[in-house]
Amino acid sequence: MALVLNEEQGMLRDSAKAFLSERAPVAHLRKLRDSRDAIGFDRPLWRQFAEQGYSAILVPEANGGLGLGAVEAGIIAEALGRTLTPSPFLSTAVLAARTLARAGSQAQQGALLPKIAAAETVIALAVDETSKHRPAAIAAKAAREGSGWRLTGAKSFVLDGHVADWFIVAARTSERGLTPLLVDAHAAGVQIERTLMVDAHNAARLRFDGVKIGADAVLGEVDAGGAVLDEVLDLGRAVVAAQLLGIADTVFGITLDYLKERRQFDRAIGEFQALQHRAAELYIDIELTRALVLGALQAVDENPAKAALLVAQAKAHACTTADRAVREGVQMHGGIGMTDEFDLGLYMKRARTLQELLGDAGFHADRAAAMSGY
Amino acid sequence: MSDLESFRRDTRAWLEANCPAEMRRPVVSENDACWGGRHFKFQSETQRRWLQLMGERGWTVPAWPKVYGGGGLSKEEAAVLNAEMRALGCRPPLVSFGIWMLGPALLAHGTEEQKLEHLPKIARGEIRWCQGYSEPNAGSDLASLATKAEVHDDHLIINGQKIWTSYADEADWIFCLVRTSTAKKHTGISFVLFDMESPGVTTRPIVLISGKSPFCETFFDNVRVPRRNVVGELNAGWTIAKYLLTHEREMIGGIGERSNVKPLGEFAADAVGRDASGRLSEASLRAQIARFEIDEAAFRLLMQATGDRARRGEGNPAMSSALKFYGAELNKRRWELMISAAGADGLEWEGERSRDGTVARTWLRSKGNSIEGGTSEIQLNVVAKRILGLPGV
Repeated sequence: MALVLNEEQGMLRDSAKAFLSERAPVAHLRKLRDSRDAIGFDRPLWRQFAEQGYSAILVPEANGGLGLGAVEAGIIAEALGRTLTPSPFLSTAVLAARTLARAGSQAQQGALLPKIAAAETVIALAVDETSKHRPAAIAAKAAREGSGWRLTGAKSFVLDGHVADWFIVAARTSERGLTPLLVDAHAAGVQIERTLMVDAHNAARLRFDGVKIGADAVLGEVDAGGAVLDEVLDLGRAVVAAQLLGIADTVFGITLDYLKERRQFDRAIGEFQALQHRAAELYIDIELTRALVLGALQAVDENPAKAALLVAQAKAHACTTADRAVREGVQMHGGIGMTDEFDLGLYMKRARTLQELLGDAGFHADRAAAMSGY
Repeated sequence: MSDLESFRRDTRAWLEANCPAEMRRPVVSENDACWGGRHFKFQSETQRRWLQLMGERGWTVPAWPKVYGGGGLSKEEAAVLNAEMRALGCRPPLVSFGIWMLGPALLAHGTEEQKLEHLPKIARGEIRWCQGYSEPNAGSDLASLATKAEVHDDHLIINGQKIWTSYADEADWIFCLVRTSTAKKHTGISFVLFDMESPGVTTRPIVLISGKSPFCETFFDNVRVPRRNVVGELNAGWTIAKYLLTHEREMIGGIGERSNVKPLGEFAADAVGRDASGRLSEASLRAQIARFEIDEAAFRLLMQATGDRARRGEGNPAMSSALKFYGAELNKRRWELMISAAGADGLEWEGERSRDGTVARTWLRSKGNSIEGGTSEIQLNVVAKRILGLPGV
């Protein structure tokens, strides 16, 4: 498969870029942040995602979706990285949609997937429990009770958890077995604490104090959720990598313009070789990330056997590149780069959050090494 | 089945039937490569036979036209052949500067007579070429070269010195940049071809920090070259030189990407051992290797993406500078990690155990990757100016 977007994908990229920069540029995030918006994203905008088809990308056609793949989801994520638009796209349209499509019963899919496609609900996947992403160490526990379950434990860094209608909670159902459970956000014993994050995007901490849930809450086979989770997390990681690419590329563009405009010592600072070489190296890093991220997204869609390694490599690489892009961006802009008024800081904050989300570069380098047999 | 798929099937069948087992073993040293030429000593009869078989099909240069000794394959078919050879671990039957550099330049700029004279001999591995570019005072600033060619009616007389001429002492012919006019720097250079056995040509090998080297100093003392051996117009050689440098950059860039070599992580784990959980036991080395392999995977995909974009008519020719820069730096990193993984064993310089210090010598040799074919700094200048559009001096 060629490592380039096909014609439809190219059109989707162009239209998403145009739609978001028109409807939700960085000023949109700024306004939500500065007004301390209770939701943290714009619901009418989220419904427009449905009109554009973005929320339906990973929903199967049988459930009212578009039945497209990771490459298309990555295109939207990259565009969201350019404008820093907060939305439930990642939590709901990517992670929840894929978990339901992959493991849900017909009834569960029929009830929730059309709503995701129509952007009428927010569903949050709850995995992390510690400050670092460590899905192997999940301790939240669901014990059988009657015909159903009783859920106890805590989750953190749950994207859009403060406004979700449902949670998909990765819970331990036996010593070795994990099961994703569908939990009503309004069930008794669920405590939700919104966490205001550095990037002004949306997350929450959750506590489950013996929450009673029915047998119909189980997604897929009991104890067989580990494989489902791996697959869903890898999709999410590849999509997050695409968002990091969008950030890196945008910040680089802003910085490159500045190198051509800003004059000191009677010349554009971009004439100085000390800056030219750093800019050239950063450009090459971004191109490397772009190739690797597309390779990983394509593998998620077409080549599951190779996907895990490529996704780990892509997420690690995207983290490192975006980090370099925002650091160089601030440094090359000098004082203006440090001001809240200038957008670069917002990109730096968002990049840092996305680095941590679903595993940082070190986490994924470690996985890649283990998968490569050392 | 598409034509390309049936080509793939036939190609695989032919390779399976004809590529000898010995030619499917991983390349472990530079001595395993077949360079061809009048004086080449084949490693084995099998190596000679493999060259002959592939040469007969034109598959030493699969995408060149058949009339010039090539395979006449489309780019897509050549890519399939390349992929199938990789899949079966087939060694390239022939490597040479004629294939990588002179051939493409002649195809683009040579006369019909020049193509017919030289290309088939390159394809069959009969003539081995070297490149006369750098001079003692013309390195990064190559266009300041001073080797002088006096132009007469039907011949040129060449005097001067080249340096860093790879394999000059083993090559049969040289493609060489000479100054035919001092009026202007870039437009006073011509691109000429001549036999290294011409009277007045001498070579002297240069020993590098690796203890050996393919490089030579090459001296020309009143060397007589026929006028018909000038490629392109007189004084217009710089265009060809630049065209050819692009190919050289792609080749050196490709060093970072090799399929026939044991993955670095595996090599290191075998060398330093593993802990109870199967992890390489030096945690810091393991982390560095993991980062290296990630960058290597990215580089491999970027090479592929660049090719895919070029086939669509997209992409920037200066991308070859980006790839050359990164491939060279990547290869240097590889050998830093190799020698670190090998520890004291990797520092042995002679003897059978270390295969005459292969690790240490290759580590040292790799330092030249970011100097030869245009330094890393020059490549970054090119990227900054031609791709990023930054103002230049």
